[in-house]
Amino acid sequence: MSQPAMKKPLLKKSAHSIAEQKWLKILFFLLIVKPVVLIALGLNIINRKGLPKTGPAILAANHTSHLDTLVLMSLYPLSQLHRVRPVAAADYFMKNKWIAWFSIHCLDIIPIERAGKVPREELFQGCYTALANQQIIVFFPEGTRSLTEERVFRLKRGIHHLSQQYPDTQVVPIILQGLGKALPKGEALLVPFNCDVVIGEAMASNDDAEQYLAALTTHYETLLSQCITAKIE
Amino acid sequence: MQHSTYMALFLLVALAIATGIALFKQYKYPERDYEELLLRTRSWWWIIGLVLAALYMGQLATTIFFAFISFLALKEFYSIAPLRAVDRRLVFWAYLAIPVQYYFAYIQWYGMFIIFIPVYMFLFLPMRATLIGETKGYIKANATIQWSLMLAVFTLSHIAYLVNLERFHEQSGFIGLVLFLLFITQSNDVSQYVFGKQFGKHKIIPKVSPNKTWEGFIGGVVTTTLLATVLAPWLTILSWQQGLVAGFLIACVGFIGDVVLSSIKRDIGIKDTGSLIPGHGGLLDRMDSLMYSTPIFFHYFYYITKDFIA
Repeated sequence: MSQPAMKKPLLKKSAHSIAEQKWLKILFFLLIVKPVVLIALGLNIINRKGLPKTGPAILAANHTSHLDTLVLMSLYPLSQLHRVRPVAAADYFMKNKWIAWFSIHCLDIIPIERAGKVPREELFQGCYTALANQQIIVFFPEGTRSLTEERVFRLKRGIHHLSQQYPDTQVVPIILQGLGKALPKGEALLVPFNCDVVIGEAMASNDDAEQYLAALTTHYETLLSQCITAKIE
Repeated sequence: MQHSTYMALFLLVALAIATGIALFKQYKYPERDYEELLLRTRSWWWIIGLVLAALYMGQLATTIFFAFISFLALKEFYSIAPLRAVDRRLVFWAYLAIPVQYYFAYIQWYGMFIIFIPVYMFLFLPMRATLIGETKGYIKANATIQWSLMLAVFTLSHIAYLVNLERFHEQSGFIGLVLFLLFITQSNDVSQYVFGKQFGKHKIIPKVSPNKTWEGFIGGVVTTTLLATVLAPWLTILSWQQGLVAGFLIACVGFIGDVVLSSIKRDIGIKDTGSLIPGHGGLLDRMDSLMYSTPIFFHYFYYITKDFIA
């Protein structure tokens, strides 16, 4: 079976079964994610007040681990979880029907094509809908997981594009540290470590993409200096 | 009523009074910020509540409870310690030492309990590190991982050995013995702080901890020794003379534990080891003195009471 043929029906089906999705998502977070985050990990949350409670908002975090999405979503109470949706690469999270089922029902992702074949307007359609529906989206401006040692942020323009399309949207920069130590890219064994979640202040908008990304980088560097845990050498 | 029950009630009443004072102060001086104090008191309710709950559920529950505390402390240690990316494999094995060590405490296999970490884990972990093959930073990685195992697991597991030792005062059981150790260690922290705040002038180790003064230390030692002298015959099988020595030992090594952890934090460049206990910082910030007082008290107690027959 070719991939595109498989993706379409799955996406369509998900649109019909919203109620079912929400329950699986809540159960998944209640029974698996929250206990893992609480016991196997452990979070030092710095500036919790900065976390947006209502949408439209974008949580713009650095990305070193698959745990990043789960940790950010677990910051919200179960009753608010339906508002929070991660933007995830379609080529990875929809690559076969098992992963796609999990991504849609347990995580409620907004799939995005990274390959660059889709025009930009279509590419971000899922994000537009989510923001228009007052949702909070989890977005990784780097577009991919970086290796843990790396501290050079290679930010893509998508975040700026979204902030321009929906000027009411709060964009909150967040730094995560330690998750790349607990579950780095390319590893399957989770080793318990405490992690920092440093939440910044909402960003000012800027018409110029370069300046916007430079400002975001500066935010990230400031937030990094507030981390408690040690970064990997 | 059992002595240990009186002790538990005393702790709860003392905490209720402290909470009352904090709330009253906030009510009377709304312009001043008492958030930190209130957070601290609320955290004490959690700490005392959880410890008492574990103790009253019995010896096995208490053993598991402290094994879990060791896990949290060790995790906090590995999170703030500088490690290499490859060290996560070593860390994984280090975590597995916790259930084994506490199992030896539970079944009271003294020989194995006392050498499992300092001999077997210390020999095993470097072998695992060698198999990884990364030799750059090898010594530092092994030293960090093994020392944290000593501080967070080996020292604290002595409480579990005490719990299962069955050398108890008839009227207070193992709960009395544990409450004695915890209460004396914590009141040493508090009295050293209070005396230091009130009379502190001569600094002991300004480079490590500028708040530590001779006045605070001596005031703490005297208070703690007196408290232990009074409480020991009531909560443990120690006589008042033996309790006096125990109090003196706990006060001195409690101070050492406190400043050793300060050195670690200063080296890394952080103020708190985490944010697990609001108002207190991380778990290690609260457990620092206990990590030294537990094994020292244990070995003293174990030797002094070796002829005890229940």
